[in-house]
Amino acid sequence: MTIKDTIEEIVGEFSLFEDWMDKYNYLIDMGKSLPVLDDKYKIDSNLITGCQSRVWLHSEYKDGQIIFAADSDAVITKGIVNLLIRVFSNHTPEEIIGAETEFLDVIGLKDHLSPTRSNGLLSMIKQIKLYALAYKAQGNAV
Amino acid sequence: MNTLLDKIRSDFPILQQESFGKPLAYFDNAATTQKPAMVIDAIDQYYREANSNVHRGVHRMSQMATRAYEGARTKVASFLNASSSAEIIFTRGTTEAINLVASSFGEAFIHEGDEVIVSALEHHSNIVPWQQLCFKKKAVLRVIPVFDNGELDIDALKSLFNSKTRILAVNHISNALGTINPVREIIRMAHENGVPVLLDGAQGLSHGPVDVQEMGCDFYAFSAHKMYGPMGIGGLYGKKEWLDKMPPYQYGGEMISKVTFENTTFNELPYKFEAGTPNVADAIGLGVAIDYLQGIGWDFVRQQEADLLAYGTEKISAIPGVRIIGTAAQKASIISFVMDKIHFYDAGSIIDQMGVAVRTGNHCTQPLMDRLGILGTIRASFSFYNTREEIDRLVESVVKVKELFD
Repeated sequence: MTIKDTIEEIVGEFSLFEDWMDKYNYLIDMGKSLPVLDDKYKIDSNLITGCQSRVWLHSEYKDGQIIFAADSDAVITKGIVNLLIRVFSNHTPEEIIGAETEFLDVIGLKDHLSPTRSNGLLSMIKQIKLYALAYKAQGNAV
Repeated sequence: MNTLLDKIRSDFPILQQESFGKPLAYFDNAATTQKPAMVIDAIDQYYREANSNVHRGVHRMSQMATRAYEGARTKVASFLNASSSAEIIFTRGTTEAINLVASSFGEAFIHEGDEVIVSALEHHSNIVPWQQLCFKKKAVLRVIPVFDNGELDIDALKSLFNSKTRILAVNHISNALGTINPVREIIRMAHENGVPVLLDGAQGLSHGPVDVQEMGCDFYAFSAHKMYGPMGIGGLYGKKEWLDKMPPYQYGGEMISKVTFENTTFNELPYKFEAGTPNVADAIGLGVAIDYLQGIGWDFVRQQEADLLAYGTEKISAIPGVRIIGTAAQKASIISFVMDKIHFYDAGSIIDQMGVAVRTGNHCTQPLMDRLGILGTIRASFSFYNTREEIDRLVESVVKVKELFD
C-alpha cells in the first residue's frame, strides 16, 4: 500500500466518528496496541523535543525501506505515533520525503491539539522526514 | 447562585464563551488571569483618546498620557504600600524585574566567591537569572530545600547564610504547588545576616493584600497579567537605598539626564531603570486592574478563594488514584495533582475536551519536579470568579479520564 493509500484509509476511518470522544477513544486504543519499544531504544538521542510527553522514535533501514518503532509515556501520544508509523513505516526514503502530511488537518486531529501539542506532532513528522533524508544521503553515498 | 458572584463573572467578557460546546471553566489563573471589561476598555480608550508619548511633551495629549502613566505608578505604589512611587519601576513583567535585579544588583554587589540563595520551589525565572549571574561572576548558587509537602525547610536555610551571602531570592507563593512561603520569617533571618531579599511576587498580588514595608522585603517583582491586568507590563518594587546604588539595566530614552559623546549622566529614580518608550497603555490597564480588585475587596477574594481551595481539595483528593502534590499548611488557591499510571498529557487532553482549562506539565519548575520525583502535574488554579459548579465539572472530567485510561 502506498503512503497515499494508507492516508486515505485513515481519513476514511476518522470520517466514521461522530464526535471527538470517538476519535480519542480510537487514539487511546491505537496507543494501547502500539508494540512495545525495547528499552535499549529509549535513549536521549531518540527523544523528540517539543512534546509535552516523552516520545522516542527509533528507525532501521532494511532492504531500501525505513522501519519505524516508537514509544511514549502518554497513551494519546502513542496513538498518534502509531498512526504515523502506519503511514510512514516500510517505505523508501524517497516516498517518505515526498509524502503530503495534510491528512492530519483532514481527520480533524489538529483542531483538538493545542499549538504546543500540535508542535509535538509536527516535530514527530519532521523527525520522520529527517531520518528519511539521512538514509537517502547514506544510500546515495554508497 | 450567589448574585454578587454572578455580577463579578459578568465583568469578564471571556468567561461568557464556550469551549468545545461546553461553558468554559477556566482554571489556569496561575498562568494568567482573565481581564475585566473595565481594564480592556481603559486600554481601548487610551489608544482612542489619549495616545501620546509620555514625559517632556509640551502638548496636551502628551501631558494627559504622562499624568495617566504616572498615576498608574502611584496606584501601584499605594497598592504595595511602597514609601514612594520612585520605588516602583515598570517592567514587562516579573521575569524582567528579576533579570533587572540580577543584572544591576549583580553588577554592583556580586563578586567571585560570593553566594546567592534561591529555593527548590522556584519558577525557572527566579533560578536562571541568578544561575547565569553566578556563572558570569564565578559566584555560588545555594538552594533552600523543600519538604515533600511543598513547604520550604526553613531550618536548613539557617545554615546557608555566611559572610559571602549577598542576596536571597524566593517566591512569595509557589506557582506549581500553591505554597505560601513564610516570607516574613525568611526576610527576618536574611536581614539578621545582612542579606537583602527579593520576592518573586508573580503569584503574590492576586490573592490578598501585600504591604512591602510591613513585610520588609528589599525587592518585590510582579506581573500585571496575573492580577487581572494586561500582559506585557509588570514591575519591580525596590527599596530606594538599593535602587540608588544599582547601575542602570538598559540605556537610552527617559533614563538619561545629560549626554555628550564623552559621558552620560542618568536620570533619577524610577526613570533610571526605564529605558525607551514605556508601555503606557498597559501601565494604565494595570492601574485599572488595581481599581477593580480594590472595588471587589480582599474580603470577597479571600473568602471565595479559600472556599474553592477547600472544596476542590476535598473533591479532588476523594477521587481514587488521584494524589494532590503540595499540601502545605498555608496555600493559595492552587491545586496540583497527579493520577496513578496516567500521564498528565493524556489527562489534560481529555479535561480540555470537557471544556475545562487546566495546565499540565512541569510549570517551569523542573528542579522542583525532579526533587518530587515526577515529570509534571495537572494544575487547577482558582480565581474568585470560579464556582463550586465548575470544580464539580473538573471532578467529572477527571473521573472520565480514569474511565478512559484505566
